[in-house]
Amino acid sequence: MASDATKALDKSALWGGGMSPFSVSYGKMMMWFFLVSDALTFSGLLVAYGYARHAYTGPWPIGEEVFHALPGLTGSYPLLYVAFMTFILIVSSVTMVLAVEAGHRLDRRGVTIWMAATIVGGFIFLGSQAWEWSHFIHGSAGYIIGNDNKIYHLSEEIPHRGTAADVAGFELILNRGEANESRIGGQEAVRLYNAKVQHVQGANLTINEYGPPQYGNFFFFITGFHGFHVFTGVLINIIVFIGVLRGVYEKRGHYEMVEKTGLYWHFVDLVWVFVFTFFYLI
Amino acid sequence: MERDDLIVNDSYSLNAYHDAEHGKEIRKKIVRVTILLTLITAVEVALGVYIKQGTTLWPFVKVGFIILTLVKAAYIVAVFMHLGDERKSLRYVIIVPYAIFIIYLLVISILESNYVNEVWLQFKP
Repeated sequence: MASDATKALDKSALWGGGMSPFSVSYGKMMMWFFLVSDALTFSGLLVAYGYARHAYTGPWPIGEEVFHALPGLTGSYPLLYVAFMTFILIVSSVTMVLAVEAGHRLDRRGVTIWMAATIVGGFIFLGSQAWEWSHFIHGSAGYIIGNDNKIYHLSEEIPHRGTAADVAGFELILNRGEANESRIGGQEAVRLYNAKVQHVQGANLTINEYGPPQYGNFFFFITGFHGFHVFTGVLINIIVFIGVLRGVYEKRGHYEMVEKTGLYWHFVDLVWVFVFTFFYLI
Repeated sequence: MERDDLIVNDSYSLNAYHDAEHGKEIRKKIVRVTILLTLITAVEVALGVYIKQGTTLWPFVKVGFIILTLVKAAYIVAVFMHLGDERKSLRYVIIVPYAIFIIYLLVISILESNYVNEVWLQFKP
């Protein structure tokens, strides 16, 4: 198929000096240019996040206090889940680079195995992302807006269909995280809770329990945009994987297609490294 | 249609075949970089968990995070994306315009957000 549309050119027919200035194929160079523009988009998002956070005058949520849950477990494991997601993405990046290396040896079996591993890693990451979003949206204890229009954080989560009076050690925290923090317990806390205007739990695009609305918006937009990149990356990987299985690249004589999708996949990992630092750690 | 990915007599990356022995060397390098990236991530998480925001050490940790992240990014780009093996002209065409724009964006947004923050603090009820 490729052979009848292809004509091998001598390099002096293309470049006056007889030498390619970049020494890469058109496809690979365009992939790099696309990645640069995509990197600018992500940088823009992260810089906008930094701007909003830096300009905000109140307390900003802290990553390790917001993200400290593991699926199926109670208790606090700060940042462990995000670290796991980072590790998964790094490992799938490694399996991708091993597939590229196997492609340079024209080792079809090696490319097949490592690409399959990369796709599995991508799916694990997407699943983790879905769980994290679900957890972020459902939230934990949350806070109430009292009938005096002040914000009280709940010390304990009220179980589904339960009441505040049933929760042992139920307390309301006023000015949480600031110098004049104070706690209200016992009957007074239950009375305040029952007279509340609104109970804010979890997150949506207008309000969230973690901090200012921008925090939730940036979380959804940045991790969502990155997750969308991972999703398309997995799709492209699957398409190229099918090509590898059918022997398209073996017939073509080189596995550069694997290298180009690999570039995109590594870029997705690269972006996550920055999201991890600037959204979760700092 | 003539394709330019089949140019003869040139050192394109798609012609960069290597034998089994050289492959072993490359894989060793990949494993080394993997271990390094994992270690850096572990150190970052440990620092994030044990050093709280607002303590005296925190500003240094913050700078440390940024440096470690840049190290990680450099290894991913240079080794995994093979940019370190590309010709110098391609390397600079990719990195220099990006760096110039991002440094500009960072400087302008830090200055501007500082100012906005001051104004908001001034008029806070």
